[in-house]
Amino acid sequence: MTARIGVVTFPGSLDDRDTQRAIRVAGAEPVALWHKDKDLKQVDAVVLCGGFSYGDYLRAGAIARFSPVMDTLIDQAKAGLPVLGICNGFQILTEAHLLPGGMLGNDHLHFICRDQKLRVENADTAWTSDYTAGQEIHIPLKNMDGRYVADRRTLDELESEGRVAFRYLGMNPNGSLNDIAGISNAAGNVVGLMPHPEHAVEPLIGTGRTDGLPFFTSILKKLVNA
Amino acid sequence: MSRTPLDTVEHAAATPDVELPWAELGLKKDEYERVVEILGRRPTGAELAMYSVMWSEHCSYKSSKVHLRQFGEKAPRSDAMLVGIGENAGVVDVGQGYAVTFKVESHNHPSYVEPYQGAATGVGGIVRDIIAMGARPVAVVDPLRFGAADHPDTKRVLPGVVAGIGGYGNCLGLPNIGGEVVFDACYQGNPLVNAGAIGVMRHEDIHLAKASGAGNKVILYGARTGGDGIGGASILASETFDDAKPSKRPAVQVGDPFQEKLLIECTLEAFQEKLVVGIQDLGAAGLSCATSELASNGSGGMRVTLDDVPLRDSTLSPEEILMSESQERMCAVVEPEKVDRFLEICEKWDVIATVIGEVTDGDRLEIFWHGGKIVDVDPRTVAHDGPVYERPYARPEWQDALQADDANKLPRPQSSGELKDQVLKLVGSPNQASKQWITQQYDHFVQGNTVLAQPEDSGMIRVDEESGLGVAIATDGNGRYAKLDPYTGAQLALAEAYRNVATTGAKPLAVSDCLNFGSPEDPAVMWQFAEAVRGLADGCLQLGTPVTGGNVSLYNQTGEAAIHPTPVVAVLGVIDDVARRTPVAFQEDGQLLYLLGDTREEFGGSAWSQVVHDHLGGLPPKVDLERERLLGEILISASRDGMIDSAHDLSDGGLVQAVVESALLGGRGARLVVPDGLDAFTFLFSESAGRAVVAVPRSEEVRFNDMCGARGLPVTRIGVVDGETVEVQGEFSLSLTDLREAHEGTIPGLLA
Repeated sequence: MTARIGVVTFPGSLDDRDTQRAIRVAGAEPVALWHKDKDLKQVDAVVLCGGFSYGDYLRAGAIARFSPVMDTLIDQAKAGLPVLGICNGFQILTEAHLLPGGMLGNDHLHFICRDQKLRVENADTAWTSDYTAGQEIHIPLKNMDGRYVADRRTLDELESEGRVAFRYLGMNPNGSLNDIAGISNAAGNVVGLMPHPEHAVEPLIGTGRTDGLPFFTSILKKLVNA
Repeated sequence: MSRTPLDTVEHAAATPDVELPWAELGLKKDEYERVVEILGRRPTGAELAMYSVMWSEHCSYKSSKVHLRQFGEKAPRSDAMLVGIGENAGVVDVGQGYAVTFKVESHNHPSYVEPYQGAATGVGGIVRDIIAMGARPVAVVDPLRFGAADHPDTKRVLPGVVAGIGGYGNCLGLPNIGGEVVFDACYQGNPLVNAGAIGVMRHEDIHLAKASGAGNKVILYGARTGGDGIGGASILASETFDDAKPSKRPAVQVGDPFQEKLLIECTLEAFQEKLVVGIQDLGAAGLSCATSELASNGSGGMRVTLDDVPLRDSTLSPEEILMSESQERMCAVVEPEKVDRFLEICEKWDVIATVIGEVTDGDRLEIFWHGGKIVDVDPRTVAHDGPVYERPYARPEWQDALQADDANKLPRPQSSGELKDQVLKLVGSPNQASKQWITQQYDHFVQGNTVLAQPEDSGMIRVDEESGLGVAIATDGNGRYAKLDPYTGAQLALAEAYRNVATTGAKPLAVSDCLNFGSPEDPAVMWQFAEAVRGLADGCLQLGTPVTGGNVSLYNQTGEAAIHPTPVVAVLGVIDDVARRTPVAFQEDGQLLYLLGDTREEFGGSAWSQVVHDHLGGLPPKVDLERERLLGEILISASRDGMIDSAHDLSDGGLVQAVVESALLGGRGARLVVPDGLDAFTFLFSESAGRAVVAVPRSEEVRFNDMCGARGLPVTRIGVVDGETVEVQGEFSLSLTDLREAHEGTIPGLLA
């Protein structure tokens, strides 16, 4: 018995097939979900992948957040379904208010693609338990609107509750407040981050590192042991 | 342009004396007379629109055709070739049932007028060519050339072009894995924005642009048709820029990558369900091109009702609808019983799709508007029987003087200190400097199959997850070499791209090209073109790599000043297992560095002569394609058998440039020894072709040397990977920190 992990395809999703592959590499079963379909097909967890849903012409994630699939997803996430949002998926999660804050254009105004160094700040979420707190990892980053912002109170809350899951190290690639690369909700079942762990699961491919694989093995262990 | 009464075929026949604006649409007088002769009457306004765009230089290749024939006539026999020149893109067999399609095109003129949209739609166009063959696009590459790096207009053009390529390609989910960025004052008013793409499919999925089977429906799908890009091909790409004329901005198209992403997915889904008989993308010349090419390549005729074309602007005239170059549109031919399913798939992806006509059993292309027949032509006369020019060409009288101005006689560094300063200057010069500031604006990782991306010698993509089968692509061109000798320059571009593919461990299979030149009306330019094509065709024959397709961009000149002749060559290669690929970066201290090939005193057109002396003269390096082939075989064998851990081809900038790049990428230095028989200057800066530097683990030293010896490839041990400096014994030592600062600081300093 393995875990079934859904990957939602919105119009303009780009990393859906890559994310399915990463789930497979980790040993779980990927399940394709469609944005117009409210049915989550009884998956055990969901990944919202990267891309430019609806072209991101309005505000990244702003339209996708109103897709039929999100109606179900928002309810189930609040009830504890593990959800991971990567890049555009993170943006969608903030637009859906499953995670606080929001994303603005990179402070340098350019798209940036690089192998980014991160520190794992919280290894107790559903998606990070295979890391150790304080671990330094490299995960590819690629985005146009990756500057995490939130009001002071929210930031203080995130910091004091240990909900900053990942922080940029070495350089802050987009001007995110507090060098925040990823956060979780209070329950730890919903995690969002700008870098792309699904691009770091196989040696040789991409940057040649596998630092992203623990995202997928973390959730698999949690689901199988549950 | 609305006209009353409607200019139907009937009306045209009845009013032979009506004057049409053929000159404004770019036709020459004799070309217009030829149209009248073909039709036996004056054309209607709509017919004139079609002929004018399809007979433009950009679409008809009228000046280049007589020379391009050589690519077919001299094509080497190749079992790999599945679809050759003439289709949207060539297709090559890469084994295990997979086929790969690839092509390079130009979007030079629009990118100067409106850099962001010009470059963005260049990516969009080449990607649609790939989809039209039935393939999933898997990567893009962008060979770019700009004016002087420190010219104020370069700061307008380059950031816009780069943002446009990134904005479009990133949003499509295509990794950008290669290309070039070159600066030269000759491109100041004529930047070259070439765009290449690769697609992968199974053999049985190859699709062609033809409309067959009477009764089959013609479906236009994708974006609505608007007024953008009207006459782009005829007006923009087929004339030289002239300050006196009004702004050409309205002729540049505007791209919507989101729409194109949907187009990719819905087209591939339709292919998968075998719903498509023939397909054509709408690029230059829009519907005029798609309908006439589909009809002329098929067995029957075609009838189209233009009123059914979904419009963005309801006031467009039929002529404008036929000429519009609105992006993100495709045209499919579908059997009647499959139309519903095709439309369903389009609806699933929120793509507008409309039946606009059908294939007929006649041989005419007929187009209707408001019930009147406004086009009635033999589609071949529009798509294929355009004018063919035997343009006069002549070796320019300045060529001898240019070649006599020998770069080998330029003053050379007189001391170790001077040599060191020139090395630092070279690796920090705009052309030799790191292009990371540019390439980091492109997504390299999407699709999760990128094995190598720039600054590697070639980009490499995994095709099959199980077997590790992969493809590699490199694009190269050197306008300076080609200016000195266009025949040799074209072969050097081919040799470099071939070598770059082999250096990463892949076997070169086939070629695409983008031939960028000045005005064909200048006999000197035409000579450059003729020589370059001859050189490339001869070279491809010798290397056994057929040209599968490509693109010609002429009129790249401002006033009298043409760009350097710039043939850009893309070579596609295949590798059985991407795990065997060889990267540029030094991997491990202590590995031995070997120089493969012969080094001669060759400085004509070199980076050194440009950077240190601002000089262009003499002869380019000699080409020995048999040597290139041997070098390629050695590099591929050494990769496959694990004899080398890193490799880098030697080209512009010579050996020192290659070693510095490998050192900086690997974060490991090198100690070099000048070999016997060479002076340090020639060793470091010569640009002799047919060379590479490889790093060999000590355990493989004997085996590697034996292999080179047995096959007769000159091999010289030149040093060892080691430490935090690049040191040339007895000459100088430069720290990686200083080299990095020089190499990586230049481009951001100029452009950020």
